[in-house]
Amino acid sequence: MSTTNQVAIQAEGLVKRYGSTTALGGVDLTVPTGTVLGVLGPNGAGKTTAVRILGTLLRPDAGHATVGGYDVVREPGKVRGIIGLTGQYASVDEDLSGRRNLIMIGRLLGMGRPAARTRADELLERFELSEAGDRIAKTYSGGMRRRLDLAASLVGNPSILYLDEPTTGLDPHARNGVWDTVRNLVLDGTTVLLTTQYLEEADALADSIVVFDKGKVVASGRPAELKAQAGRQSLDVRPAEPGHLERVAAIVTEAVGVRPTVDVVNAVVSAPVTDGSSMPVVVRRLDEAGIAVTELSLRLPSLDEVFLALTGHAAEEVHTDVLEGASR
Amino acid sequence: MSTATVDAAPAAHAARRSRPFAWIEQSLTLAWRNLVRIRQNPEALADVTFQPIIFLVLFLFVFGGAIANGGTWHDYLPYLLPGLLVQTVVFSTMGTGVGLNDDFAKGVFDRFRSLPIARVAPLVGAVLGDAVRYALSIVILMSTGFILGFRFQNGVGYGLLACLVVLAFALSMCWIWVWLGLKLKTAQGVQGIAFLVMFPLTFGSNVFVQVDTLPGFLQAFVNVNPIKYLVDAMRGMMLGGDIQRPLLITLAWMVGLVAVFAPLAIRAYRQRT
Repeated sequence: MSTTNQVAIQAEGLVKRYGSTTALGGVDLTVPTGTVLGVLGPNGAGKTTAVRILGTLLRPDAGHATVGGYDVVREPGKVRGIIGLTGQYASVDEDLSGRRNLIMIGRLLGMGRPAARTRADELLERFELSEAGDRIAKTYSGGMRRRLDLAASLVGNPSILYLDEPTTGLDPHARNGVWDTVRNLVLDGTTVLLTTQYLEEADALADSIVVFDKGKVVASGRPAELKAQAGRQSLDVRPAEPGHLERVAAIVTEAVGVRPTVDVVNAVVSAPVTDGSSMPVVVRRLDEAGIAVTELSLRLPSLDEVFLALTGHAAEEVHTDVLEGASR
Repeated sequence: MSTATVDAAPAAHAARRSRPFAWIEQSLTLAWRNLVRIRQNPEALADVTFQPIIFLVLFLFVFGGAIANGGTWHDYLPYLLPGLLVQTVVFSTMGTGVGLNDDFAKGVFDRFRSLPIARVAPLVGAVLGDAVRYALSIVILMSTGFILGFRFQNGVGYGLLACLVVLAFALSMCWIWVWLGLKLKTAQGVQGIAFLVMFPLTFGSNVFVQVDTLPGFLQAFVNVNPIKYLVDAMRGMMLGGDIQRPLLITLAWMVGLVAVFAPLAIRAYRQRT
């Protein structure tokens, strides 16, 4: 999307070890100015470690990185001057009101009291927090809290923004709100590095995606390329009547050209497809056969499936609960 | 590799330059934050409000008669109050370390560390904010003492100076807990170590009893205990007696504590991840 060749974030061979575990095993990243990079991976893949290094909160054991042309190790103060950080860790003060959190950050950034107040009010307005502005942050809902985190990272008008899993744990409505905000920021020219466990999120926001696995980049490319690499989408049909499973399977076979898998336990028929062109055919045939369905969907590959396709192994078993959440 | 620089010149960025004393302003802003938090959670002030009163009443009425050696609690009060003031304020310094540790656990300090502000600002801010807690404990304990009949016997000027000295001592000593608060993993750990250090320091001193009533080995410890000299200085200023020598020793300890523990704390802050 960006026509400029300028590079906002450049990392080469970043390594970070904690004792005998290697959190990052040599990561390269390049984010052109004004674009969004999605860093996709399960918990423990090293996403947060990478963001913390690029945010000057952590020193790499090897490799180097520049942000806005400044070295993250040698010129951390300059890097801090142009970045904004939002994540599970860089959070707001729960015992302060939303407004006071924002005023405090404005003051810390050297704004005078009136300027800091004005800026806080602007941001509260923009993130629909004006009414809740004087309540302490502890009382905010998950979505409000995330919006306040985001507002806090924008007080200094950063040109580069790190969003570490900005929508994990949010309901779809709140998630859409965060997405809209990110899109607007990018329209204003902000460079965004976004980590996520959801392919859907990376697909919706990112210009390019890197996939992390065990501290390494295992795949990178534009979202469409990755999805192609990760294989197909899945056409799922769930008949209202479990007895219709076989008839549905026959219809799907005819429309798609391959025999679908029939999941008797969940009463759902799934077929791999490359696009949605067979969808209308399936709908028509089901209608003709008088079969009612409770679900008919075209699903992007889940992170599990992307992982399986890209790395040949499933994302860490220990994180299955998270991954189930990721695949919906 | 391209080193093209992003034209990142937000207004705030430009405004930050040419401010050599920015760290003072930043520290004051963060001290303000701590005060707002106190106002939000007044119950967190129990250790500097009710606790001093309970201690004073307890020691005065339970042990006063026995310790005063034939006298009554009336005779013990002038001796006890300057000592207890030291103990109370010294104990409240550990709250600074516990609070900092808590802040780190909650992630708010990562926000501060990602901002282009002076490294010392969050620590100095925490200490300055807590100065208000220390001052409050001094005011409360002295007021209770006055109600029970305590009077400055060496003039009000010296009495107030004594209060300032004990406040300054607390501000120097709290750097130990700032450092440990950053070094240790949990707030409970900070508190545990703080108690281990504080009890021998304050009870193994002249806070409650005359040094010459103690066995020899304990006297040896008391004579190197900085708390003893602070208490001596306090009694000198509040009741009369030698001021200069204990005050100078106390000041030397204050300088030493800050010189050692403030740099350690700042280093721990930088390294903490």
